[in-house]
Amino acid sequence: MAKVLVVTSGKGGVGKTTSTAALGAALAQAGEKVVVIDFDVGLRNLDLVMGAERRVVFDLINVVQGVAKLSQALIRDKRLDNLWLLPASQTRDKDALTDEGVRAVIADLRTKFDWILCDSPAGIERGATLAMRYADEAVIVTNPEVSSVRDSDRIIGMLDSKTVKAERGERVEKHVLITRYDSARAARGEMLSIEDILEILATPLLGIIPESQDVLKASNVGSPVTLNNAASAPARAYTDAARRLMGETVTMTVPVERKGLMNRLLGRRAA
Amino acid sequence: MNLRRLLLGGRTASAPVARERLQILLAHERGLRGQSDLLGLLRAEILAVVSRHIVLDPDKVVVRMDRGKTVSTLEVDIEVPNGVERLLAAAAN
Repeated sequence: MAKVLVVTSGKGGVGKTTSTAALGAALAQAGEKVVVIDFDVGLRNLDLVMGAERRVVFDLINVVQGVAKLSQALIRDKRLDNLWLLPASQTRDKDALTDEGVRAVIADLRTKFDWILCDSPAGIERGATLAMRYADEAVIVTNPEVSSVRDSDRIIGMLDSKTVKAERGERVEKHVLITRYDSARAARGEMLSIEDILEILATPLLGIIPESQDVLKASNVGSPVTLNNAASAPARAYTDAARRLMGETVTMTVPVERKGLMNRLLGRRAA
Repeated sequence: MNLRRLLLGGRTASAPVARERLQILLAHERGLRGQSDLLGLLRAEILAVVSRHIVLDPDKVVVRMDRGKTVSTLEVDIEVPNGVERLLAAAAN
């Protein structure tokens, strides 16, 4: 049974695209057949983070409008052959997406993949509502920061009212993914703690991704962080989160950076 | 306070402030979210029922919900034009 998972947040810049790429790659590494879809029409970036920006010929809008077939628009990852990307259009705007078109594309993808990950644009407008519209599950990406938590709360309200599942009286299964977490700052009381965020949002936790330079390094080279450096702290956290999505029970930890002795002696961060 | 400052190494923890501000704000926003449709619906239906008998200014129909800890109150405030009693009496005859 295929699962449609929306990666959403309300607020921009919290790590939706990074998380979609990392979770998609981690699920594919675990043997699942995965497609990641960019819903950010006009401001696509999932192609860039996945390192497929030069391979885009057709996109989601072309498929929705019948200009291209789904098979023509899907881009197969060069590293994992069971990972695919459906890019957004860079030249059109969000109005080019229609509810009926998205419904048809998702229904078609359900017959071909185990996981369909929808990378939502920021905001609560058309692109974001269509990205969540047909979801079975949702990952709400949240930073330990007041504006992000507030927007996540708003998005949770929309997942409970504006999705097809909610309209049928069913529930979209929701998970909070906390990104850019700094346990030292949280311990000093300078950052909202995991407990604070979970209590406020009243939604179960999928994982805690530590603040790390590895995330930027991975996007610099166009590789999901789980593929670029699987041993890094954020990669381990994303891999654990992906295993939880697959139904495994994995102990919740905040992976920490492993610094080499020389770096530690020199007080230098790994470059 | 001094002890806390000492424990936190001279810094003031801002996370508890963030947490409290969020809790207050979200309690308010969630309330609005749940209510807006119900109150709008109530207002429209009340307006329709009363308008069958009295000509009303729609802006003078106010439906408000106050949520208390144990009980909540629904307040319906309808301003009717003067001389409405005479009209009602005439209509009854």
